[in-house]
Amino acid sequence: MVPISYYLVLAAILFSLGIAAYLVKRNVITIFISIELMLNAVNLTFIAFAHQWNKLNGQIFVFFVMVVAAAEAAVGLAIIIALFRSRQTLNVDQVNLLKG
Amino acid sequence: MHLALFFIFGGLAVLAALNLLLQRHPINSALSLVVVMMSLAVLYWSLGAEFLAAAQIIVYSGAVMVLFVFVIMLLNAGEEERTRGSKIASIAGFPGAAAIFCLLSFVFLSEGHKLGLSHLGGSLDEASSNISQISSLLFTDLLLPFEVTSVLILVAILGAVVLAKKER
Amino acid sequence: MHLSDFQLFVLITIIKIAVVLVITLTAVAYTVLLERKVIGRIQNRWGPSRVGPFGLLQPLADGIKLFLKEDLMPMSVERPLFVAAPVIALACALVSVAVVPFGQTFKIRGVDIFEVSNVNIGLLVILGITSIGVYGIALSGWSSNNKYSLMGSLRASSQVISYELALGLSLVGVVLRAGSLNLRDIVNSQIGHGFLSWNFFGGLQFVGFFIYIMAAYAETNRAPFDLPEAESELVAGYHTEYSSMKFAMFFMAEYANMLTVSCVATLLFFGGASSPFEGWIPAFGPTWLQAILPIFWFVAKVFSFLFLYIWVRATLPRFRYDQLMSFGWKFLLPLAMANILATSLVMALRS
Repeated sequence: MVPISYYLVLAAILFSLGIAAYLVKRNVITIFISIELMLNAVNLTFIAFAHQWNKLNGQIFVFFVMVVAAAEAAVGLAIIIALFRSRQTLNVDQVNLLKG
Repeated sequence: MHLALFFIFGGLAVLAALNLLLQRHPINSALSLVVVMMSLAVLYWSLGAEFLAAAQIIVYSGAVMVLFVFVIMLLNAGEEERTRGSKIASIAGFPGAAAIFCLLSFVFLSEGHKLGLSHLGGSLDEASSNISQISSLLFTDLLLPFEVTSVLILVAILGAVVLAKKER
Repeated sequence: MHLSDFQLFVLITIIKIAVVLVITLTAVAYTVLLERKVIGRIQNRWGPSRVGPFGLLQPLADGIKLFLKEDLMPMSVERPLFVAAPVIALACALVSVAVVPFGQTFKIRGVDIFEVSNVNIGLLVILGITSIGVYGIALSGWSSNNKYSLMGSLRASSQVISYELALGLSLVGVVLRAGSLNLRDIVNSQIGHGFLSWNFFGGLQFVGFFIYIMAAYAETNRAPFDLPEAESELVAGYHTEYSSMKFAMFFMAEYANMLTVSCVATLLFFGGASSPFEGWIPAFGPTWLQAILPIFWFVAKVFSFLFLYIWVRATLPRFRYDQLMSFGWKFLLPLAMANILATSLVMALRS
């Protein structure tokens, strides 16, 4: 027997670690990885709530999140490859062409 | 036993996420995320979502993260260097993340008694799994969103091919 | 001494795991010998014949040789990942045997002894574990800090990712027919009229089977899709820098994967442990014989798949890389989808 709130706190820990990594990291791939970590943390809360209410809707939401994350990863990595081709760097500080 | 499972795999997930934050090389971060995902899969199973646990392993750690590792290997990304931007970001970032964590866990723990307990669900040796329930829901009530996601994936494939194609 | 039910369960499970592990490793060692022997015969030579009668102790000699060799660690490798990669590869290759039922249900005190664990999503477990196995290959090439290794592992991981789709989709027809992901249920759905009720013959899944077997050859990096270790282009591929026991682990992982693929093909398309004459010839003999005989059929089917593997390796030349990719994406994948469509149409019309 584990209280549902424990799962939620675990998800909160993972989510805030994801935010910290998102802000601190300079490599665009690592930033992308921390977004995936945040998505995973949110998935955990969905499944915990689905268990709490004994309904499957939460699980189906997670299913859709996974699908969207897979699509997002494909497009995002393609953008990263295109970016690396044109600028020869992965550091986000050096990708500031749009800055005035 | 359920509590032990939770603490072992929850602890593993937190440690791996910390490792993700502290490692400098992107491939180590990616591998830490794989560990997080696999321990989360165990937790999903313990919450009675065995299909999603399997999907987590196959889709996330088996396909999406392999793609990440593949791109890191392909671009030969080295260790990241610390810049001025990263110093500013860590001054602002760590307190901000800690504040969000404190807020979230305060809310969760103070409302915890209303949420109730979980029991170890989804025993794997049961005759039926919840896959049939999920799929019947997916193909009846939620058919439209399901079809829309397939269109989304198609668009994503096309987009990825167009973006990553070498220019002539 | 009196044991409670739980203690008995734990004890029997540990014994099962140990026995299955030992049998799998022995089978891996002897698959290597089988391959060398059969290829030798196909190429009109003898194959290993010096150690023991008919060369039967050759695997032992090979094992001792690999154990005793010096374990080289090149200077500029990424140490932790270099060590972890073969462990990941071998562990993933061995774990998936855990959900394979290699006999018919035979319970001693409520514990099924011919399967390590009966999981209701067994097929997904096997697919998941094989998809994790890519990391072993990918990391080995990257951490070796060698261009041939890196090329080999890039080839291997893109090949495995591409063919995983066709592999997964080829199994959907079988899952549709059985209505379950439990491997035991899938086997039980093919019992009744001997070999005519197997999915390959009676279920009309031969298209699915051919897609599966071709995708599986690519997944295990075997000929004719063994580009990751194409010796004329890449020295030895992703394990160029590995020596001694670490190399042996990759080698064992490759053959253990072959074994798993053969087991899955047997279970899904050829009725698992059921005899080809089931339902026609009545069961005979004492109980222990009836328990042992299905295992004999299972082993015979797995053996014939291993033989097919070796035969294909000795017969077909290696594909070119672009041919491999276009074969997987442009031929196998649409064919697998057509197979799913046809199977579900037939099932809908029959019901």
